Amino acid sequence: MSLMHKFLGAAAAAALSAGAALAEPALIFDLGGKFDKSFNEAAFGGATRWAEETGNTFREIELQSEAQREQALRRFAEAGANPIVMTGFAFGNVLSEVAPDYPDTKFAIIDMVVDAPNVRSVVFNEHEGSYLVGMMAAQASKSGTVGFIGGMDIPLIRKFACGYVQGVKAVNPDATVIQNMTGTTPAAWNDPVKGSELTKAQIAQGADVVYAAAGGTGVGVLQTAADEGILSVGVDSNQNHLHSGKVLTSMMKRVDNAVYEAMTAGVDLETGFNVMGVANGGIDYAMDEHNAALVSADMKASVDGAKEKIASGELAVHDYMSDNTCPVE
Amino acid sequence: MDKMPKWADIVLIPLISLFLAAFFSALVILAIGENPIAALKLMVDGALMRSAGWGYTLYYATNFIFTGLAVSVAFHARLFNIGGEGQAMLGGLGVALACLYIDWPHWSLAILGASVGAACFGALWALIPAYLQAKRGSHIVITTIMFNFIAAAILNYVLVELLRPVGAMDPASAKFPEAVHLPTFQDMFSTEGSKLFRGAPANVTFFLALLACLVVWVLIWKTRLGYEIRAFGESETAAKYAGISPVRITVIAMLISGALAGMMSVNTTMGESERLILNSTEGAGFIGIAVALMGRNHPFGVLLAAILFGFLYQGGAELALWTSIPRELIVVIQALVILFTGALDNMVREPLEKLFIAMRRRNA
Repeated sequence: MSLMHKFLGAAAAAALSAGAALAEPALIFDLGGKFDKSFNEAAFGGATRWAEETGNTFREIELQSEAQREQALRRFAEAGANPIVMTGFAFGNVLSEVAPDYPDTKFAIIDMVVDAPNVRSVVFNEHEGSYLVGMMAAQASKSGTVGFIGGMDIPLIRKFACGYVQGVKAVNPDATVIQNMTGTTPAAWNDPVKGSELTKAQIAQGADVVYAAAGGTGVGVLQTAADEGILSVGVDSNQNHLHSGKVLTSMMKRVDNAVYEAMTAGVDLETGFNVMGVANGGIDYAMDEHNAALVSADMKASVDGAKEKIASGELAVHDYMSDNTCPVE
Repeated sequence: MDKMPKWADIVLIPLISLFLAAFFSALVILAIGENPIAALKLMVDGALMRSAGWGYTLYYATNFIFTGLAVSVAFHARLFNIGGEGQAMLGGLGVALACLYIDWPHWSLAILGASVGAACFGALWALIPAYLQAKRGSHIVITTIMFNFIAAAILNYVLVELLRPVGAMDPASAKFPEAVHLPTFQDMFSTEGSKLFRGAPANVTFFLALLACLVVWVLIWKTRLGYEIRAFGESETAAKYAGISPVRITVIAMLISGALAGMMSVNTTMGESERLILNSTEGAGFIGIAVALMGRNHPFGVLLAAILFGFLYQGGAELALWTSIPRELIVVIQALVILFTGALDNMVREPLEKLFIAMRRRNA
């Protein structure tokens, strides 16, 4: 009885999903996979939060191959999913070709700009957040040497690095910033062992605060920093809790909020260019009980001061991707 | 004569293997609380009941035809070329260089040029292991699989350091010019009223793959070289005695094999992504081994097996889209098919052979 019931239920669900309009949102994860402890997982968190609060469901797919990018977009659009949210710059090319074919469907792409009337492009001012955590790192450092460990060597990560260096130099112009990238391929996003090795190398060069902007690789950076007794800075999600009392702060890039907002807006999603920065809460540094003891009142006051100035436009942090150069080393 | 009838060898054994694979896959799906019959229906609907589904199935099949043929040609000389992945990667480089740096007036010329580029790069990558096998006795299985890693590293370097446009984030080359875009099935078969194969990546390269099947069939069974390759494969000492040079046959068989594997990239790089990307091969070089095993190293068998695997890939994508079956489990299902049709072939073959012999004795 129950097996038969199950069978009918599943067959009905399959029949429904294959043809009829869904009008539920869809989320497409990049090849890195859903549970990367960082970027994709933040997106999943936002979608889950939306689903729990509204009681609705959403479609999702983790890609297996490059050819599936276009396929997933088209199939979801044809099935009536709306809006369709995707994570990662790699969708840019495909989306610009697919979006005009489905004018009634709204798309949201994170970390990339696609110019089409039915696309919402969400980009983050990572350089602003990196500037703030750079200031904190410089103030927490006793040796005057701090480290940066990036994931894949792409302009986006150099944007993190450049903002960080600017923040460090704003506090201590004589400080040294050691920079390392984990690799040049997407594998660099998920190589905690290499992250750990780079951290040790930076410690050997005198760094006593390291900032990891490296996805899953950052887990190794934070672990080694905690083991070796130096401070670290997390990225994307709030990672303070990973090593309580050892993580100075986290540069929070609220991908979850971007996904949550897109799904909440639903079919009325406002399209166009959407910049998430310090000013609108899309970028922030993390404060909680895990790092309260590490951040002095002076430190917090100076960072909050800078935050206000950035938000008001009084202080402009240079964006590496605007001209592919960084004014400071 | 202690052999099975031919129809049992080429039809019955693959069918039984396939059935076993389907059975165990169904158990796996059942174990995670999904309905295997609904899942199968979803796969068939998504891969074979819509023209766009066929467009994807045949796109994947095109890749597998090339790599399957590559493995079978080498296998006729009893060389186990498991370096199809690396040869296809470098073939992609050949395609990209031909498309980016030569000003083609029309796609029909460009596909010829790109095929030559892909075949040359693929063949070159197979030449070194072939030479080492023929002259130094380094085992081809070890060298070809190691060359896969070297190919990945080379491609990585070329894309990141040399071909990537300034400011781009993807490790990928620039987009190929408009003139070299291959017509897709959508361009070829859609009429004013009906849009067929919408958005599907299958393209004119599929016909190139069919042509390759024919050429390989002629080569292996109708030419002197093909005879020499088969003779060498059956018995090296006999071939030597007949005046066939082992070095020459090893190198030539591997060159053809590498060229075929390389030509896979015409489909992925020129037909689909229209730029060179880092992971364009996506394991097709390894699937080619299973395709060749299942197709009994015959071009027609390879064609059928390639379409089956294309169906599995496309059907797997449909499962990922519309069910909560995680992608790791879809890989498990694909692996089960490879396991039963390829690796566990003898598990079905031996009892079946005994059965046929027993039946023949009773009749005699």
